[in-house]
Amino acid sequence: MKKTYKIDVDCANCANKMEEAAKNTAGVADASVNFMTLKMSVEFEEGADAAAVMEEVLKNCKIVEDDCEIYL
Amino acid sequence: MNKKQRKVLIRIIIAAVLMVVLLLLPLEEGSWLRFALFLIPYFVIGYDILKKAFKGIMNRQVFDENFLMAVATIGAMALGEYTEGVAVMLFYQIGELFQSYAVGKSRRNISALMDIRPDYANIMVDGKLQQVDPDEVAIGTEIIVQPGEKIPIDGIVIDGKSSLDTSALTGESVPRTAGVDSEVLSGCINMTGVLTIRTTKEFGESTASKILDLVENASSKKSQPENFISKFARVYTPVVCYLAVALALLPPIMLLIIGKDPLWSQWLYRALTFLVISCPCALVISIPLTFFAGIGGASKAGVLVKGSNYLELLSRTKVVVLDKTGTLTEGVFEVTEIHPVGISSDKLLEFAALAESFSNHPISKSVKDAYKKTALGLDIEQSSSERISDVKEISGHGVEAKVDGMQVDCGNIKLMQSLGIKVDEAPTSGTVIHVAVDKEYRGYILISDKLKSTSADAVAAMKLAGIRKIVMLTGDNKEVADSVAKELRLDDYYAELLPADKVTKVEELLEQISDKEQLLFVGDGINDAPVLSRADIGVAMGALGSDAAIEAADVVLMDDDPMKIAKSIGISKKCMRIVYENIYFAIGIKVACLILGAVGIANMWFAIFADVGVMVLAVLNAIRALRVK
Repeated sequence: MKKTYKIDVDCANCANKMEEAAKNTAGVADASVNFMTLKMSVEFEEGADAAAVMEEVLKNCKIVEDDCEIYL
Repeated sequence: MNKKQRKVLIRIIIAAVLMVVLLLLPLEEGSWLRFALFLIPYFVIGYDILKKAFKGIMNRQVFDENFLMAVATIGAMALGEYTEGVAVMLFYQIGELFQSYAVGKSRRNISALMDIRPDYANIMVDGKLQQVDPDEVAIGTEIIVQPGEKIPIDGIVIDGKSSLDTSALTGESVPRTAGVDSEVLSGCINMTGVLTIRTTKEFGESTASKILDLVENASSKKSQPENFISKFARVYTPVVCYLAVALALLPPIMLLIIGKDPLWSQWLYRALTFLVISCPCALVISIPLTFFAGIGGASKAGVLVKGSNYLELLSRTKVVVLDKTGTLTEGVFEVTEIHPVGISSDKLLEFAALAESFSNHPISKSVKDAYKKTALGLDIEQSSSERISDVKEISGHGVEAKVDGMQVDCGNIKLMQSLGIKVDEAPTSGTVIHVAVDKEYRGYILISDKLKSTSADAVAAMKLAGIRKIVMLTGDNKEVADSVAKELRLDDYYAELLPADKVTKVEELLEQISDKEQLLFVGDGINDAPVLSRADIGVAMGALGSDAAIEAADVVLMDDDPMKIAKSIGISKKCMRIVYENIYFAIGIKVACLILGAVGIANMWFAIFADVGVMVLAVLNAIRALRVK
């Protein structure tokens, strides 16, 4: 399952860090952040609960870049 | 400028003014008062960075820019270099502000460029025109489009006549006329008359929404340079930091060992200069920005690129494989000759038209069209389905069917040969359909297709763009293919291919090229989805309104002009050139600064100027990709 979320972040490197953080979250098979369109697309692992996983993704993103937002 | 940016700008101005004032005041060098006063602009400009750095430490994110800037400036302040401490913070913020402004602006520019999404639809309610959200318009609703308005939803014109500006979709400004029964696409602008349209799709499924969706989600597939840069950024910052630590410690220790003055503060200062250059911003921002601008510029020209990776692949294209029908030729077939044997020509046409009546192939359509124009065709068209049975399509050969109880076979010479029927000599300038009734030869129908007016120029332009080999694939016979290939000066062609053969041919061609070279296949998106996905880059042409083609292709040409192939390659090459310019330029300057900083030639001022300057130039260079000739 693949879903796309709108995000808000100020710097391009932070976007890269968010991508890395999202990728390393349990339940996420792959993630990609596009800084230019401010979108994060997340591919979930089979059977993962998207909503719960995204909570974790947001938490992990906040760790690497405090000033970011994912609109769930 | 948004609120956040304005706030930063105000802080920059305040801090700059304060700093200038402080520099003019006759403050004693090294006094506590001077230190305390300089702390004011320092906190004004840097409080958020210090805060973020602190949070970063809490979250164990030591190598983020904020932390590095904080260490560099606090270090400078501690060394008594107050102006430099404040200035580094100041210029860092100016750089960040410029970056966020430039990115925001190009984001808006490019979105505006691609904004073909209509905001409203007009519907008649109780005799009055009402504007409604196009999302709420059901299929089959009658909508009214005034001159100057965008068509919001795909549909069919039921009343009115007008010319349409399709440039938002195709990049070409040749107007199209629309009258009753013409199919119209959302995103076109109605120019002259009022049109009443019955919608055939929902808003979300309409052309404009589909295209926008595609472009907005384009860059989720990243190119090699983008992946390189994110990896580089991850390694670069820590490496520079460790170098800084080494620079602060090793030389003084060496000096101590050989019994000289260790010059701690001088080496510490140089190490701090390193930290200032450690931010990979210029690179990290300019590469995706370039691709984004390139994709934006391409879509302005009517070329939709589905990801930055495809833009990169396009630039490395060396072999172009083209489908013939609909790509190099108009794909509009017309019956140009009827050669009956023992029956009237109208009757021959009738047999062929009825046998082919269930086929959507362009050739069948042209036979049916020709038949409709005959006296017989007008009479019996309606009852035709009752007269036909047992239709069987034989891929690559033709059709067999029972018409009025008689066995009708129509197709190419291969079909006739397989049935053991002798045929008359037919011209080779087009597609020939031989017709046999009850295994008796009844003649042939010649159908020809015209080359597109720009095909020859398009082939020349591709050669000029560095394409080594241009190959045509077609299901047509050898003679037709040969005459087209000669006229267009193609390097090679393969004729009489079944759809599955095309995939095999593309696979063969793929084996002949090296890994670095790319093979591009161009088709009209009908029947060639497997080939589109097998090629390195699949290009669907004239895809307006064809969802399947948009789905299957990597690059979509909005109209059917083959010149766009060379154009998209040109756009991709320009984009890649800018990408590499930025990579070499930014990394080059950074390395130069690091070296100059290590030997003490570049001070902190120099470092921050170079850092921000490189970023500004890289960003401006990136935006160039948006401009398409």
